[in-house]
Amino acid sequence: MQISMLSMSIAALFYIAFIILAYGLVSKIIQYKNTPAPLKIPTMPAPTTQAGVVFRMSKEVVFFESLFKSSKATWLFGWLFHFGLFLDMLRHLRYFIDPVWFWVIIIQPFGKYGSILMFVGLAGLLTRRIIVDRVRYISSPSDHLMLVLLLCITTTGMAMSFYLGADVISVKSFFIGLMTLNIQNIPADPVLIIHLIMVASLMIIFPYSKLLHAPGLFFSPSRNQVDNAREKRHISKWAKELEKN
Amino acid sequence: MADNKFDTPELREYPIIPKLQKDVMAHSKPFIAKEPHQEPLGFPGELVDDWHDVAIKKMGDLQSKYRSLQVYLDSCVKCGACTDKCHYYVGTTDPKNMPVARQDLYRKVYRRYFTFAGKYFPKLVGATDLTKDVLDDWYSYFHQCSQCRRCSVYCPYGIDTAEISMAAREVMDTIGVGQKYCNEIISKVHKIGNNLGLPGPALEDTLEGLEEDVEEETGVAVKFPLDVKGADVLLITPSADFFAEPHVDGLIGYAKVLHEAGISWTISSHASEAANFGMFIGSYDNMRKLAMRIREAAIELGVKRIVFGECGHAWRVAYSFLNTLAGPWDFLDQNYPIPQHICEVTHGLIQDNKLNFDKSLNDDMVLTYHDSCNVARASRMGDKAGGQFTIPRDIIKSVCNNFHDMSKDTIKEGTFCCGGGGGLLTDDLMELRVKGALPRMEALRRVVEDHGVTHMAAICAICKSQFAKVFPYYDFSMDQIVSVHQLVSNAIILTGQNDENDENDDGNHPQQDIDEAA
Ligand code: HEM
Ligand code: SF4
Ligand code: SF4
Repeated sequence: MQISMLSMSIAALFYIAFIILAYGLVSKIIQYKNTPAPLKIPTMPAPTTQAGVVFRMSKEVVFFESLFKSSKATWLFGWLFHFGLFLDMLRHLRYFIDPVWFWVIIIQPFGKYGSILMFVGLAGLLTRRIIVDRVRYISSPSDHLMLVLLLCITTTGMAMSFYLGADVISVKSFFIGLMTLNIQNIPADPVLIIHLIMVASLMIIFPYSKLLHAPGLFFSPSRNQVDNAREKRHISKWAKELEKN
Repeated sequence: MADNKFDTPELREYPIIPKLQKDVMAHSKPFIAKEPHQEPLGFPGELVDDWHDVAIKKMGDLQSKYRSLQVYLDSCVKCGACTDKCHYYVGTTDPKNMPVARQDLYRKVYRRYFTFAGKYFPKLVGATDLTKDVLDDWYSYFHQCSQCRRCSVYCPYGIDTAEISMAAREVMDTIGVGQKYCNEIISKVHKIGNNLGLPGPALEDTLEGLEEDVEEETGVAVKFPLDVKGADVLLITPSADFFAEPHVDGLIGYAKVLHEAGISWTISSHASEAANFGMFIGSYDNMRKLAMRIREAAIELGVKRIVFGECGHAWRVAYSFLNTLAGPWDFLDQNYPIPQHICEVTHGLIQDNKLNFDKSLNDDMVLTYHDSCNVARASRMGDKAGGQFTIPRDIIKSVCNNFHDMSKDTIKEGTFCCGGGGGLLTDDLMELRVKGALPRMEALRRVVEDHGVTHMAAICAICKSQFAKVFPYYDFSMDQIVSVHQLVSNAIILTGQNDENDENDDGNHPQQDIDEAA
């Protein structure tokens, strides 16, 4: 089979994007892990057990508990977007797994509606960023562009799944091919290609942008520490050095 | 420098989020530390020549030492959830007092020098060089953060602007741009042992005076021991407790409680200060040196327990950091928490029915309680999460008949700082302090109007001093702020106490002249 220039380029782009994403993310996570937290600084009241911390963190990851306390509008749009994104990413698993797992088939329609949640959420967040003076003040161009990029990914995706349709079989064989180092042709569908290029850009941007909030949350000392300072001595390596003299 | 001509903000009926007014607080700057206040702390006396490079190097160093700093700098998504949560923003409307904007003063430099995006696309991600103007902004706005952690409660990632302020202050100290108030005080503690520079003999006089007062008032010889070897408890309390109103009434309260419970205790002249200003300037080194005085005193005096008096940031350092900084405390009695808060002691004794009270002695007051920021969000009391909220309230309710909480979003974990915490309790920042008190004043005004509250109790030396100072700006009177242990002191009936002294014990009751506010 003849592999088109286009397919080669998209394949190369995805390999590069994947390497950057993986390398960037892993090195950031290693950096966070290796940086000591010398003092106990959980935001109190904090759980007094490790199990309690897991519970606190789960509430933050799943429900955005703190955000709920602070701003209902941001919470609503933010949560819709992330939940939609989550559903949609699960839906996309079908392009990477063969045969497709049973539950991935079950959630296909929900994943499709996930994109509507994403769209509403992103549109709400972008609007808020533009009209609320405080949020506009703290925004850099990159903050707006990130939302625009995600909106474009979402709309091109929606255009394909709701109107235009896409050659799902070929797309799947392209990605399975990428994963098995056996490059296949990708359909020369402009909407699909734009969608994919933007997704690859997002992967590249991820480890060098505020998208680090995803791993960051898990390393945030004010959220992941146990409140047991009096019971258990907490001391970091560099602080221990000070005790020698 | 702080210009004393400013308007006290008006109390609003319905707190709404204020509109931004750019740079209205850019002029607010505390006095700069001179050489004598810098060098004892190990900092250069004035701005060093290669300050830019030294600062960037220090930033890198701090990022590698503090996970909080590194993670917080990377993780903020600019969602804006924290923007209206800072009392300084609410009170001043200066956008740089929004927590995220305050962090961004640091983050934009971090991005420029330490991130790919900031190095190659500075405009895109709002990265800037560290210039003299940026440094000026740092000095101004990182001294408009009381490190109260309110923002960290509401941030989806718990980003604590206090951590960034501490880092920024440490970077500034390192290049010779320190704040006079904090650094002068720290050098006093290094030399003498307390913030006031009160030497041993003066302390002894003060404590003897208190013994006489209390004996005269109650007929009971309550002791205020100093440097007594072999005492069970070492009491560490903020030095304001030794003489300032209403702090000293709190100290009298602790003494009465410990006396009545038959606990032998002592104050130490070597460690006669609970507050640890090393935290305010983010210096682990200085914080540790100050904390080590407590260890030295405990060993020297051979005590079995350490108890802290009413002080907010001090209790944070004690509860959360003391074990780290100056532990392990294996030579103390392990049956008690180390360290323990005086409220925990009193609360325990109340639970065990060891103390007698006549609550009606506080009937001339209707109380509310101000949760001090660092007690609320950076420490705990008792063995359950949230004990820092219930224990002081339980004590107040055990000694007073009239108590009303302020509105829900202004207490407990959502409490507003008094406006003077984090090393800002200095006259050169008066405008900031008055404006920063606004949200608390509004909440107080509401319970005064709705429930006839006459007094607000607190357990922090900074809160007490700050409110005594800013109350008059908001048409309250300075003696409407009371210590929790002052209430205990008013109501406690000591064994053997003369009971006919109701007239002449008014000396410690500040409520005579508060009628205009009620
Ligand atoms: C552990 C997983 C994650 C958690 C807990 C999480 C949580 C949050 C929260 C609480 C916010 C603030 C509210 C908001 O503005 O929406 C936020 C913002 C954001 N998140 Fe996530 N997130 C996660 C993963 C992701 C991923 C994988 C993406 C990738 C595209 C992403 C993209 C964004 C963006 C772009 C914003 C900023 C929205 C704005 O500009 O207002 N997040 N995230
Ligand atoms: S720690 Fe307190 S004072 Fe500082 S920015 Fe946050 S809310 Fe404001
Ligand atoms: S709440 Fe947290 S993530 Fe959101 S803008 Fe404030 S600091 Fe950044």
